[in-house]
Amino acid sequence: MTELIFEQSTAGRINNAQYQSGTFSIDDLPQALLRKTGPALPEVSEMQAVRHYTRLSQLNFAIDTHFYPLGSCTMKHNPRICNEAAMYDGFSGRHPLSPASTGQGVLSCLYDLQEILKDISGMSEVSLAPMAGAQGEFTGIAMIRAYHEARADDARQEILVPDAAHGTNPATAVMCGYTVKEIPTLDNGDVDIDALRAAVGPQTAGLMLTNPSTLGVFERQITEIAALVHEAGGLLYYDGANMNAILGKVKPGEMGFDVIHLNLHKTFSTPHGGGGPGAGPVGVSKRLVPFLPVPRIAESSGEYVLLDKNDCPQSIGRLSCFMGNTGILLRAWIYARMLGRDGMKRVADYATLNANYMKVKLEQGGFEMAYESRRATHEFILTLKKEKAETGVTAMDFAKRLLDKGYHAPTTYFPLLVPECFLIEPTESESLEELDGFIAAMEEIRRESVEQTDLVKSAPHSLPVRRLDDVRAARQLDVVWQEDAV
Amino acid sequence: MSNVPQELRYTQSHEWVLAGDDGQVTVGITDHAQELLGDMVFIELPEMGAELDAGDECTVVESVKAASDVYAPVAGTVVAVNEKLVDAPELINEDPYGDGWMFRLQIADPSQLDSLLDASAYEVVESED
Amino acid sequence: MPFIPHTEEETRKMLDAIGVSNIDELFDEIPADLINERLDYVPPAMDEAGIRRLCKNSAQSDGHYVNFIGAGAYEHHIPAAVWQVATRGEFYSAYTPYQAEASQGTLQLLYEYQTMMASLTAMEVSNASLYEGASALAEAVLMSVRAQRKKHRILMPETINPAYRETTETIVKNQGITISNIDYSGDTGTIDLVQLNDQFTDDVAALVIPQPNYFGALEQVDELVDLAHKQGCLVIAVVNPLSLAILKAPGEWGENGADIVVGEGQPLGIPLSSGGPYFGFMCCTQKIVRQMPGRLIGRTLDAEGKQGFTLTLQAREQHIRRSKATSNICTNQGLMVTAATLYMSLMGPAGMAQAAKASHANTRLLVEKLTAIDGVEVVFNSPFFHECVLRIDTPMDDLVRAITAQGIIAGMPLGADYEGLQDCLLVCATELRTEEEMDDFALHLERIVSKE
Repeated sequence: MTELIFEQSTAGRINNAQYQSGTFSIDDLPQALLRKTGPALPEVSEMQAVRHYTRLSQLNFAIDTHFYPLGSCTMKHNPRICNEAAMYDGFSGRHPLSPASTGQGVLSCLYDLQEILKDISGMSEVSLAPMAGAQGEFTGIAMIRAYHEARADDARQEILVPDAAHGTNPATAVMCGYTVKEIPTLDNGDVDIDALRAAVGPQTAGLMLTNPSTLGVFERQITEIAALVHEAGGLLYYDGANMNAILGKVKPGEMGFDVIHLNLHKTFSTPHGGGGPGAGPVGVSKRLVPFLPVPRIAESSGEYVLLDKNDCPQSIGRLSCFMGNTGILLRAWIYARMLGRDGMKRVADYATLNANYMKVKLEQGGFEMAYESRRATHEFILTLKKEKAETGVTAMDFAKRLLDKGYHAPTTYFPLLVPECFLIEPTESESLEELDGFIAAMEEIRRESVEQTDLVKSAPHSLPVRRLDDVRAARQLDVVWQEDAV
Repeated sequence: MSNVPQELRYTQSHEWVLAGDDGQVTVGITDHAQELLGDMVFIELPEMGAELDAGDECTVVESVKAASDVYAPVAGTVVAVNEKLVDAPELINEDPYGDGWMFRLQIADPSQLDSLLDASAYEVVESED
Repeated sequence: MPFIPHTEEETRKMLDAIGVSNIDELFDEIPADLINERLDYVPPAMDEAGIRRLCKNSAQSDGHYVNFIGAGAYEHHIPAAVWQVATRGEFYSAYTPYQAEASQGTLQLLYEYQTMMASLTAMEVSNASLYEGASALAEAVLMSVRAQRKKHRILMPETINPAYRETTETIVKNQGITISNIDYSGDTGTIDLVQLNDQFTDDVAALVIPQPNYFGALEQVDELVDLAHKQGCLVIAVVNPLSLAILKAPGEWGENGADIVVGEGQPLGIPLSSGGPYFGFMCCTQKIVRQMPGRLIGRTLDAEGKQGFTLTLQAREQHIRRSKATSNICTNQGLMVTAATLYMSLMGPAGMAQAAKASHANTRLLVEKLTAIDGVEVVFNSPFFHECVLRIDTPMDDLVRAITAQGIIAGMPLGADYEGLQDCLLVCATELRTEEEMDDFALHLERIVSKE
C-alpha cells in the first residue's frame, strides 16, 4: 500500500530550494481577510515529493507501458518531440494577453493547424477554441441553435441522436436547451432510416451522428441520411471521435455534415494525461461560419490576428478565458506536420488493417463478433454473452483478467446496445507481435473461464490492488483525506 | 426469475403499487428493477406534499452503474417518504417490496389503479426487457 | 512511415489472414464516391529534425518579454521537478482511470489533489478539475441553478473578469438562466453593496463573489456572504488559488462560508503557454456534492481489505446519465492537475505563502515606482492584492505599443471592457519580478508619459 503524501508530512518541514528568500510584509492587508491557519498541504522534502509521485506513476498502466486497445479512445503512440517542442521557452513563456504582434510565431503554427484541419475535414472554416470533445460538441450544437434563431425558425427544438450514441451527445443537446429524440439502430449496425424519416420534421434542429458509428461500422446510408435531415430543414452534426478510421480517406464535409468536432487527443495523438487535457476544434460549412466562437485566428496580409466579438458579431461567444488549449494544439500541429499528406492516409489504412486482422483472428479463435458480416473500421465489437451464459464469466471479469496478462482492457459495456461487449481499437501504432500477443491472451482467458472460473471471476491478481469495492466508494463517500479517518 | 407478488399492481416502468386503505398507495420498484440497476448507493426522494401527475418523475435512484428515474404511477400528493433509505439505500435491493418502499401518495381517483398492470401482465413486461 | 511499425511482409501476412489482396479492399463498405484521398493544403511529411528546427525558429521569433500583466494568468516560479515528473510516460500517456486497478497511481494522485484543494479553499469536497476558470464559473452557475431548482437568476458583479462573464453567458444562455449585473463602486473598485441590496429578487439562485476581484481589489467577503445567505441564495466564490496560501479561504467567509468555489488553477505550476492548457478547480459543500459536475475520486477497499482509489458517483456523469447528466463534461485536466499536485507538494504551505507574499510586496513596490511618475496614479481606494489599476495620462494604444517595443508587457488595458476606465491599466508583479525590471519599466514609462 502506498501511503498518502499527507501521511509522510512533518509539521514545519520546508523545501528550501523552492522557498523564496526575503521578508515580505502584508501588513497593509486587512486582518479580517487573512487566513488564520495555513492550508493543510503536504510538508515534505523535495526528495520525498519526487519519490512519492514517481512511485505512484509506476502503479499506472499507460500507452508507454502497455497495449491499450480502448475502443473509441484511439490510444496511439504519443511522440515525445510533440511534448519537447510545445514546451520551448518562446511558446511556454508567452502570456495569453500579450499583443498579437508578440506571438506571430505561435499564431503561425496554430493557423497552419487550422488550415490542415480544414483540408482533412473538408469544412469551410475551423475554430481551435473548444478545449475538449465535449466542448466541441457544445459549440457545434450552440451554433446550430444560433443559426436557426438568426432565421427566426423557432419551432426547431428537437435534436435527434442514435440510440448507440455516446452519452455526451444527448447531454450536450440538453445543455443547449433542446429535447432529445433517439433513433433506433438496426441489427446490421446501420441507423434505422425509416425511423429517421418518420422522426424528422419542422421541429428538427439537427441530427448528431458519428461515422464510423459507435458500433465500429461505417454508416453506409450517410448520403441518404444527410439528404433527409437537410430536406426537413435540420442540420447535421458530426462527432469526430472515430476520425482515425477515415483520416485522409473520407472528408466529413463531403458526407454532408454542416458542423464537426475533432478530438485532437484521439486522432492527433495529444497526451491523454490521466484524463486530459483534450482539444476539440470545430469545423463548419459556409452557412455556420458567422457563428463560430471567438477568439478566431485569421490572417491578413501575412500577419496573424485574433478576431473578437466586435469582428464577429454573430459569434456564439467565448468558451474560455483565453484562446483554448494552445499547448495541446501545438502538440497536434507537430504531429500533423510529421505525418504530412501521405502519413494522414496511412493512419486510416493501418488502423483499419490492424482492427480487421484482430477481428478475423479472434473470430477464428471462437469469439462472437457483434457485427460479423461487416468490415471492422478502426475498431470492432465482440460480445461475451455466450461465455457468460456458459461459465458465468462476464465482460468485466474478462477485462480484469486481461490486466493480469499485461494488457489494458478494451472499452467494456459501451455501446449499451450490445450485451457483455468489448469495443476493441488497436490503432495503427501497434505491431503485429503485440496484436498476436493480445489475441493469445484472450484465448487463454477463455480457457481459464471454463477450467478455472473463479480465477477469472476474482481477477485481477497481480496488480497493486485487487478488485475495488465501488459500491462502498459511493455509499461511504470518502473524497477528501481526513487525519483521523480509518 | 424474479419475485412478482400477486397482490400488487405494476407499471411498465417497473414500479409496484400497493393500494392501502383511506385512498393511499405505497410505491416502490420491483425485484427485477433492483436487480438490473445493481447495488443502490443513493436515493433522491420526492418532497413531502408534492402534487404529482401520473408519469411524473418524482424520485431518482442511483447505483454505481446507473441513475434511474422513478415515476409516479398515478396522480396524487406525497404524504410519506421512506427516510430510512437515505442512510440505507441497500434496503431497496434487499427487500424491494417491504422495507424498500419509497413513498406514499394520497390519491384522489382510485379508478386510476384499474389501468395499472396486474402481476401476470407485469411478468410479460419483465420477460420482454 | 512515421509511427507505423508494419513492414511490407507483415502487411502481406495480415492481408492474407483477412482474405483480401490490398488495404483498399478493407474500405469497400464506404460508398466509392465518398473516398477522397486528395489533400491540397497538408504539406509533405517532416522528420523529427526538421520539425524541431521549425519549432525552435517559431518559438524564438516570438522572443522573450518581461510580464507585468496578470488578468487571469500569472507567471510564477515552477519548480523543475514539476514537469519532469508530470511528463513521465506513466502519467503523460495514461488514460482516464476507468480500470481502477490499473490506474492507482493517477487515482491516488487525484485523491491527494482533491484533498489539497479542499483544504486550500476550506471546503468539504473538491472534484478532479474542469477545463479552466471561466468555464468552471459557468459550471458553478449551472450547478447552483440545479441545486436551487426554481430559481434562474444569477447576480454577477462587474468586478468579475469580463472574459469569465462572457464565457458564462455563452454556456448558460440556452438554459433560460439570466445573468444580472451588479455595479462596482468607482471609489473602491469593489462591489457596490448598496446597489446589490436591491437586486435580491425571489428568483436569484446565487451571488458570485470574486476575491481578489479583477482589479486586484479585496471585496468585503464576510458581509457579502451573510447578505446572500440571508436572502436564501447560494454563494459562488471565484478565487486565485495561490492567494489562498495567505488570504482567508471561502469556506470561512461570513458565518457559513461559500457554497461553491471555483477558479483558475494555472498559478499552481502551470506555464503561461499563450493561454492553455490550464485547469479549473471546483469545490463545494457536502450537501450539494451530487450536483457537482466533473470527475470525483473516492477512497475505498479492495477485495482483500486493502486501501484503493476509484472513480465514484459516475452515475451523474454523461456516459451513464446521458440527457439527464449534470453536465456534458467528459474530461478532467489530468496532466495539469498532476503538475499542480506536484507543485503544491514541492512548495508546501510555507513556500506558497512566501510566493504569495512576495508577489504582493512586489506589486506594491511596482505601484510605488510607477506612481512616482507624474501622470500615473492609483485609481481605487482599496486594499489590493498582487494586481492594481493605474490611470495613466497618455493614450493607451500608444503606450502599449511603445512599452512592448521595449520588451515589456505593461499590463492589461481596461478600456475595452469598462466604460470610464479608458485610460486605465491593470498591472501585476509576481515574485519573479526583480527590482531592476521594475526600474526599467518605470524608466520607459516615464519617458513615454512625459513626451505626450
